Amino acid sequence: MSSQFSPQEVDGDVLRQVRAFFDTALPGNAIGADDDYFALGVVNSLMALEMVTHVERAFGLRVETEDLELDNFRTMNNMARFVERKLAAARG
Amino acid sequence: MDHAAFAESARAGAAAWDAGAGLPAEVVRSVADAGFLAADLPVEHGGRGWSATEVGELCASLGGVCSALRALVTVQGMVAAAVLRWGDRGQRAAWLPALAGGDRLAAFAATETGAGTDLSAVDTEISATPGGLRVRGRKVWVTFGQSADVFLVLARSGGGLRTALVEADRPGVTVEPVTGQLGMRAARIANVRFDDVTIPAANAIAPPGYGLSHVAGTALDHGRFTVAWGCVGIAESCLDHTATHVGTRTQGGARLADHDAVRALLGRCLAEARAARAVCAHAAALRERGEPAAIAETVLAKYTASRAATAVSEHAVRLHGSAGIAPDSTVGRLHRDAVVMRIIEGPDEVAERHLGDHALRRRR
Ligand SMILES: Cc1cc2nc3c(=O)[nH]c(=O)nc-3n(C[C@H](O)[C@H](O)[C@H](O)COP(=O)(O)OP(=O)(O)OC[C@H]3O[C@@H](n4cnc5c(N)ncnc54)[C@H](O)[C@@H]3O)c2cc1C
Repeated sequence: MSSQFSPQEVDGDVLRQVRAFFDTALPGNAIGADDDYFALGVVNSLMALEMVTHVERAFGLRVETEDLELDNFRTMNNMARFVERKLAAARG
Repeated sequence: MDHAAFAESARAGAAAWDAGAGLPAEVVRSVADAGFLAADLPVEHGGRGWSATEVGELCASLGGVCSALRALVTVQGMVAAAVLRWGDRGQRAAWLPALAGGDRLAAFAATETGAGTDLSAVDTEISATPGGLRVRGRKVWVTFGQSADVFLVLARSGGGLRTALVEADRPGVTVEPVTGQLGMRAARIANVRFDDVTIPAANAIAPPGYGLSHVAGTALDHGRFTVAWGCVGIAESCLDHTATHVGTRTQGGARLADHDAVRALLGRCLAEARAARAVCAHAAALRERGEPAAIAETVLAKYTASRAATAVSEHAVRLHGSAGIAPDSTVGRLHRDAVVMRIIEGPDEVAERHLGDHALRRRR
């Protein structure tokens, strides 16, 4: 939904779908929604690309090179916010 | 010409290319004219919109005849995939049609003497300079580096690892041919020096920090896929050559194929080759469906197929006897090439680590 009132609020459904990727990729992980999983060192070198594919498939969007500018993929909450922005932009 | 016919037409030349100066320019041109370069690019970018399966079959056809032909398709496809995925609109328009048409030949320049399996250790540097970016460093083992018009270079920079396209004709680029290596002798391999080469900022692909994980990652994933299918070609081709040889060669009044031990070994080779093809087909199907697991399943395909290629080609050499060792031996050449496939795009040991992770996450 629109994030115009509170940019920090994250859509629960989107976050759940983002978390689903990590629960499949790293069974039993205890990564918090604001943890930087790259900094934690739990993400192997193939997972960065798998994450992109997962987000694209789960939400029917395309991750462009411009989207790499921000820390969009560093935490689950960041990723969920990024997805919401992309979906909102696609809706126009 | 379809790719099976094209591969057939290349059969007669392959041994001479391997023994001589490598794949001739006119053969490279004929691969481009046949539409085999970056054929999986979308039509709007100059490609043919081929599926992963179609690209795979192409690589199996070429790989069974000449690994350098397959490698040409591999490196062009790697760079095209990276630019398609992580180039911006302008970069896609500037590069992709030229790559698909073969007007520009590309090579992937990541490895250095100090950074092989661990590419995060690259020492080549991209830094800001008036008028763009400056590239300084030395890359080794660049397949088709002798022919390339442009290199996709992995380097370190202020904000982390990054990648850029560096044209071969820029001042400061020096290409040093590599010759006499064990395998892939016709693949016009080179070491390439970048002595303060200036490039426009628009040549950088993706922001700093994403060079290895995303840009090189995409290229290597594509490379693993085409190498895997090339290995299917090697295994199947060695099996065919060997079946023909043991079916016709007689010793002590019997065909070689009359020995149970020889037929059993052929059976083992058939099983290896067929399994490799099935694993590669599985990876192709996942890629076509855009599944996240396609990346790990492609590692599995390349791991399985390269092991099949080395195993089958080794048996093929032995069953050919001295004919397998002779200078003009096809199975001998394919075996030398197959050994390379166990090392490039992630050696067995590294692949097994990833596959172990993949196995853990697949547990129910
Ligand atoms: C014919 C050929 C063509 C090539 N073409 C290209 C190209 O086009 N572009 C390019 O950038 N590079 C290319 N390469 C380079 C190739 O990618 C590297 O050789 C490869 O990555 C291995 O690096 P290395 O040779 O430095 O071996 P090393 O990194 O020194 O590794 C040697 C061996 O040690 C073992 N090993 C290494 N790391 C680990 C680990 N973490 N865990 C367990 N075991 C490990 C493996 O068995 C490995 O094979 C090519 C190489 C060859 C031979």
